[in-house]
Amino acid sequence: MYDGVLAETITITGHDGDDIEAYSARPLGPGPFPGGVVIHHMPGYDRATKEIVRTFAVYGYAAICPNLFHRYAPGASAGDAAAAARAAGGVPDDQAMGDVAAAVRELRRMPNANGKVGVIGYCSGGRQTYLAACTLEIDAAIDCYGGRVVATPEELSPSHPVAPIDLTARIGCPVLGLFGPDDRNPSPEHVDRMREELEAHGKTFELHSFEGAGHAFFSTDRPSYRVDAAKEGWKLIWKWFGQHLAKA
Amino acid sequence: MCTYLTMQTDVAGSGLGAGGWFHVDRAVIYFDHPQDAPFEHALCVDLVTQAATSPSQERVALELDAASARRLAETILAVLDSPEATELS
Repeated sequence: MYDGVLAETITITGHDGDDIEAYSARPLGPGPFPGGVVIHHMPGYDRATKEIVRTFAVYGYAAICPNLFHRYAPGASAGDAAAAARAAGGVPDDQAMGDVAAAVRELRRMPNANGKVGVIGYCSGGRQTYLAACTLEIDAAIDCYGGRVVATPEELSPSHPVAPIDLTARIGCPVLGLFGPDDRNPSPEHVDRMREELEAHGKTFELHSFEGAGHAFFSTDRPSYRVDAAKEGWKLIWKWFGQHLAKA
Repeated sequence: MCTYLTMQTDVAGSGLGAGGWFHVDRAVIYFDHPQDAPFEHALCVDLVTQAATSPSQERVALELDAASARRLAETILAVLDSPEATELS
């Protein structure tokens, strides 16, 4: 089977009708292919994140990562854009969800799409993925160590007015969570709380914690990288998306 | 974990960036995931022009481990508290 992929920077129309940069990677075969939105981590829309997007394409997914920091520094490097977003107070949840929804729409209307779209996010993107599962029409969600899904009132802000955990009843798709027990947020206690809420609301989910891993264990360019956790995590990702994004 | 811990303060002076010297009027200080430093968390400082219109968002960026950042802060204060600096400030 032909395994060529195309990876490129594109423009999508995001929240409030704003044109934003996004990174797209998709298989070049006839399909049909499931879609995956990749939500980048706190350090931004960077080289490592783009590599993840390309990995999804290699594994048979059309993938898009919207640059959630684009508005704050159009054309800037990932680091400069992340810094500008932080200086502006961070990305509001409604804006982030608008941009993710735009990426979902973009994937669904690709000619060789199978109609199913999942969302996966890392770090702050993990929290945004949980939020997407609660507020958007998607077919699967994978939260990779998203902190502040469980949040105290002091951790809320005008940009993040609601703790995603409080929206769990609205989750409309299967959720996979991948965590490291050495992480402080989400801590093992936070993960337990997520499990309780998901069970209480009868959601389809799996939560996995990898011994010896903490935050950002998928990041190959950071000291937090954990080979065993990352290898096992990737297997679970393919299994989850393979099961829930297959064409009906 | 992402700390989201960010504070800002007004500053006045110049920073040397990739494009040369530029006016800085804002410091953004945070202890969170760094871009480049090989730590899970770092004390990061961005010196910027608040009203910058350049798409490159010129900044002077620094990422230090916590102990280094404390030594830097203490040394900065020591220099400023010296008689010469105090007299000329």
